[in-house]
Amino acid sequence: MKLDNIYKEEKKSAFAKLLEIIITMASRPSGLIGLSILVFHIILAFISPYIAPHDFKAIDPTLMLQAPSAEYWFGTDDLGRDVFTRTILGGRTALTITFFGSLIALLWGGLLGIFCGLVGGKIDDVVMRIVDAFLSIPWILAMLLIVSLLGTSTEVLIPALGFFYGKGIVRVARAATHDVIAKDFIVSARARGHSNFSIIWNEIIPNVRDAILVEGAMRWSWMLLGFSSLSFLGFGVSPPTPDWGLMISNARGLMSFAYWAVIAPIVGLSSLIIGINLTADAFAKALGIDRSTKAPV
Amino acid sequence: MIFLIIKRILLGFITLFIVSIITFVGTEVLPGDACTTYLERQAFGEQLEACYRRLGLNIPAYERYVSWALNAIQGDFGYSLSGEMPIKDVLGPRIKNSLVLASAAIFIGIPIALILGIITALWRDKLPDVAISTVTIFAMTIPEFISATLLILIIAIWLEWLPGIVIVPTDVSFLELLPNIILPVVAIAMIMTAHMARMVRSSVIQVMASEYVQMAILKGVPYWKMVFKHVLPNALLPAINVVALTIAWLLGGVVVTEVVFNYPGLGRLVIESISNRDLPTVQALAIILASIYVSINLLADLLTLMLNPRLKTLQIRK
Repeated sequence: MKLDNIYKEEKKSAFAKLLEIIITMASRPSGLIGLSILVFHIILAFISPYIAPHDFKAIDPTLMLQAPSAEYWFGTDDLGRDVFTRTILGGRTALTITFFGSLIALLWGGLLGIFCGLVGGKIDDVVMRIVDAFLSIPWILAMLLIVSLLGTSTEVLIPALGFFYGKGIVRVARAATHDVIAKDFIVSARARGHSNFSIIWNEIIPNVRDAILVEGAMRWSWMLLGFSSLSFLGFGVSPPTPDWGLMISNARGLMSFAYWAVIAPIVGLSSLIIGINLTADAFAKALGIDRSTKAPV
Repeated sequence: MIFLIIKRILLGFITLFIVSIITFVGTEVLPGDACTTYLERQAFGEQLEACYRRLGLNIPAYERYVSWALNAIQGDFGYSLSGEMPIKDVLGPRIKNSLVLASAAIFIGIPIALILGIITALWRDKLPDVAISTVTIFAMTIPEFISATLLILIIAIWLEWLPGIVIVPTDVSFLELLPNIILPVVAIAMIMTAHMARMVRSSVIQVMASEYVQMAILKGVPYWKMVFKHVLPNALLPAINVVALTIAWLLGGVVVTEVVFNYPGLGRLVIESISNRDLPTVQALAIILASIYVSINLLADLLTLMLNPRLKTLQIRK
């Protein structure tokens, strides 16, 4: 009878599990706020091209730097473009690039970390030295170098971000693997003669998945921060594509008399990053993983 | 103990060695070399040849690496491409300016972070904690360029209290620099303080839940005596490492902050040298920033090792 129950617990569909986690996350106020901000931004990213009231690249010198009005809700920028239109469109590129970038980071960082944790020895030593070395080069220097030599197209940005934000995941995945590796079920899998691949796939991944996913969610917000910093510095999205980092950097010089052009993208970007952060925290708590003592590496 | 310290220092040097190889190979493998990226469209014939000869790019890569690395150890990074002056002369005043900025932020940040962290931990989930924690979470999640821009907008433009951007030459004296650095210091200290306060908070909370603190409470030790004698010494030790990592992590953020305030430090040099496609300077910067990261971490490790008697005996037994 009892065994039967355990079996049913295991058979719960992935969707039901996900729903359960989301409900747990939303039961805390901070998680609920984070989730709603994130969902709002994702929906906005999908529908904004259809609801935007003006053309985001329509330049009109007669409308330069107008204060917010009924026609232009958030005013206009230095080229007479509608700030509201550009603000609601401004998160799409950043969200897409960083989402796929995080996926790549999760994949290579997670798999390499698990592999190193499992095999140990010389290979592990060498890989961890290299990861340490990459960690000690400031991400911004490396990213700027890559972007300035290879250009700022999406095909460059996604793998580059994915690579540089994945090296931290290697460490987390390796540490998580070390925690499971000594357990009895790994030993018995080895005794049964399973290959390394089979042990990774069937025994380790199901046990370290949560820790790696939480780390990936956190990386997503850092990557978004890094990506918008690149745009802000002029090394990210190229104009006239609407992007929050780029909009802030353009409007900054004129903010003494046109503060609306800088406030709107600031609210957009800050709320998205805070939303992802709160969601990642709630996600970690819902899965029972304590991140409070982790350093931001 | 001594063996352990030597081992840590050696590991640091190995890391730096790998960093030097990565930066060298990176600039080698990525398309274009220092001359073609610098000369751009004029990169052909006589001019390209002259540039190659000047930088010694016509000799094999590994020989160049060896000579570059040997010179770099002695602090000689060769010549920058655009200014045609020795890179170490370019770096000198920049390092000084960044050091002023960073140390001011650290000296202001650490005490405030300690006080805030301890308050939020002792009054956990009460009003002081909720209020301070909300502010710190905001401060640490919002990108550096946004908080810096908001500071300029509010303090410099709306209130007109302080100058918004720094307009001083690179080799300015310390006293002239002082009134200009208040806003950049606040911008950096704010983020750093928020990070450290969160770490101190969780560390104190962990120690408060430990058995020896429970024991002290049961013995009837007065609350504040317990906090100062039993909790804080044990809680602040693990925080050292985390604080070091936070400082090192902020190296990237300082780049952005310096650009926002137009501050003549290492960070702006990063942007300038990359915009000018000055690869020799970029290589030198990568090594220097990595050395700062490695030495801060090393220092923190040694500090915890020296301050923690338990770790000492543990390592000897091993």
